[in-house]
Amino acid sequence: MQTPSVKVKVIMETYSNSFSLTSTNKTISLVLLGHWNKTTLPLIIKKLSSISLQHKHLEIDFKELESCDSSAIIYLISLIKQKEIHNVTLKNLGQYEALYTLYSTYFTPIPKAVLEKSYIFGAKNIGIHTVAIYLGIVRAVYFIGQAVYFMFLSLIQPKYIRFKAMLNHIETSALNALFIVGITSFLVGIVIAYQGSVQLQKFGANIFIVEMVCITMFREIAPLMTAIVIAGRTASSYTAEIGAMKITEEIDAMRTMGFEPTVFLTLPRIFALIIALPLLIFFSDMVSIFAGSIVAYLDLNVSFSEFINRMKDTVEIRHFLIGIFKGLFFGMAIAMIGCYRGFQVQNNTTSIGKYTTISVVNAIFVVIALNAIFSVILTQSGL
Amino acid sequence: MNIIEVHQLSTHFGNNLVHDNISFQVHSNEIFGILGGSGSGKTTLIRQMVMLQEIQQGSITLLNKDIASLSLEQSQAFKPSFSYLFQFGALYSFLNVIDNIGVMLKEYTQLPEDLIQTIAYTHLTMVGLPLSCAKLFPSQLSGGMKKRVALARALAMQPKLLFLDEPTSGLDPSSTQSFNELIVQLQQLLDLTIVIVTHDLNTIKHVLSRFILLDKTIIFEGNYEKALQEKSPTIQNFFKHKE
Repeated sequence: MQTPSVKVKVIMETYSNSFSLTSTNKTISLVLLGHWNKTTLPLIIKKLSSISLQHKHLEIDFKELESCDSSAIIYLISLIKQKEIHNVTLKNLGQYEALYTLYSTYFTPIPKAVLEKSYIFGAKNIGIHTVAIYLGIVRAVYFIGQAVYFMFLSLIQPKYIRFKAMLNHIETSALNALFIVGITSFLVGIVIAYQGSVQLQKFGANIFIVEMVCITMFREIAPLMTAIVIAGRTASSYTAEIGAMKITEEIDAMRTMGFEPTVFLTLPRIFALIIALPLLIFFSDMVSIFAGSIVAYLDLNVSFSEFINRMKDTVEIRHFLIGIFKGLFFGMAIAMIGCYRGFQVQNNTTSIGKYTTISVVNAIFVVIALNAIFSVILTQSGL
Repeated sequence: MNIIEVHQLSTHFGNNLVHDNISFQVHSNEIFGILGGSGSGKTTLIRQMVMLQEIQQGSITLLNKDIASLSLEQSQAFKPSFSYLFQFGALYSFLNVIDNIGVMLKEYTQLPEDLIQTIAYTHLTMVGLPLSCAKLFPSQLSGGMKKRVALARALAMQPKLLFLDEPTSGLDPSSTQSFNELIVQLQQLLDLTIVIVTHDLNTIKHVLSRFILLDKTIIFEGNYEKALQEKSPTIQNFFKHKE
């Protein structure tokens, strides 16, 4: 018998064959229909989320359900657990009972800590970065110290020099770079001489092309150009080589066998570049001066023999020697940076790329910075 | 019903014959083992099944599809229906644990992000990993943890067919036990068909419903009890050293 004062409102709707809802004042009964799986679920979620299920008794009926996969089960569990619904009844679970029990045992909502954003995030980052920079400096100092120690040790006791490895590195990082160094030097030589010749012609000071090309090339441009090419080419390959060895645990293997990685990996590379870079700079000098003399001949009517004689008379040997001398330090810096970044690689694939990039950027910057320092010091001291 | 049918498969690398005319079937809802010594072609076989290596002679049929004849589009659509658990996990090093588990759902379905995350967290708990490792990257995990994450990743898509390449190698005995129990439990609840390459006696004894023993050809097919009764010295040897 029904009391006429209480009206029971019943709404029933069916949503595209995936579920039907019967809702009364206190109870919502959700009858699942058809297939609930990864493909149908996005639409179901959209429809269900627009319906308020809160503060009512929810009844879920699995009777008409044809198939159901784990994503759907997890969605249903999250629906039941997260919206604070009172009294959920599951009807006719049947074949899905085991699946439901399994996933409700292991069900894990997204932890709150992940969802909440920390307001001190910025401050925390400053701290993290400061510590990282400090540790980075400590590690770099330690690495440089170790390399320098073994360098001097190997000068006293040459058995520490791995000649074969060193020659190998000279071949790959210098001999194989001759072509690219040559072509860059040739082009830069042409450009410098050509731009200079336009200005010099205005004053009729054609012969000064010799000093201009030779001094700028010997002293500044050839060493810098060569060092930058080698920094891009060799620093990256050193980092990648050592980084790959670090990932495959070769470096750890060396340590356990008592082979000091500094002696076996770093030193041959440092020595290789200390020897090879001055030689490359000499090569670059020759090519760029040749390029300059071609421009001088074609543009300013300065013959090759005039060029050479003028060079002998007016260009002092110190300009050439300063360029070569700088090469020693550039070579050492490039090799050290390449190796140092290689040893920093961590055990994942993205880290090789990251440190190779850092290594090249560092090497080029350090070369330019060193060059500036040398330029000021040497000019101030009258050389 | 046969989920996998391998028919007269032969494979050779140069002069080295790896498979010599092998044929077998894997029935639905069974846990099938591929056993054999080192270099017996187990991994090559499983890699051919998951379309990583080409089939030189013979055919392999997965879920009624001849995998050699699938076009690029067909194979793309077919691939989500099975999962392959690599021996060392092969997790994506640029994604954290949770994103690794959810990566297939994210790419193949239109499910909302928070549900994908919930599914990922649920599977993380299911394979027995603590929530604290959810945001870690693969390089910060131990070998066993990587394997569990890889299993969670394989399960998240709920494939019909699961390939496991030495799932318990490198795990401690108690983890091996719980891993095996989990596999059996999941197989029953999720109606999976599982193909396992394994060396582990515990797995052979308690998990596999049937297995083949490979040594270029199939030298044995059956279960553990049947294998113990075999008189052939090769088979006896294989199991003797496992004890």
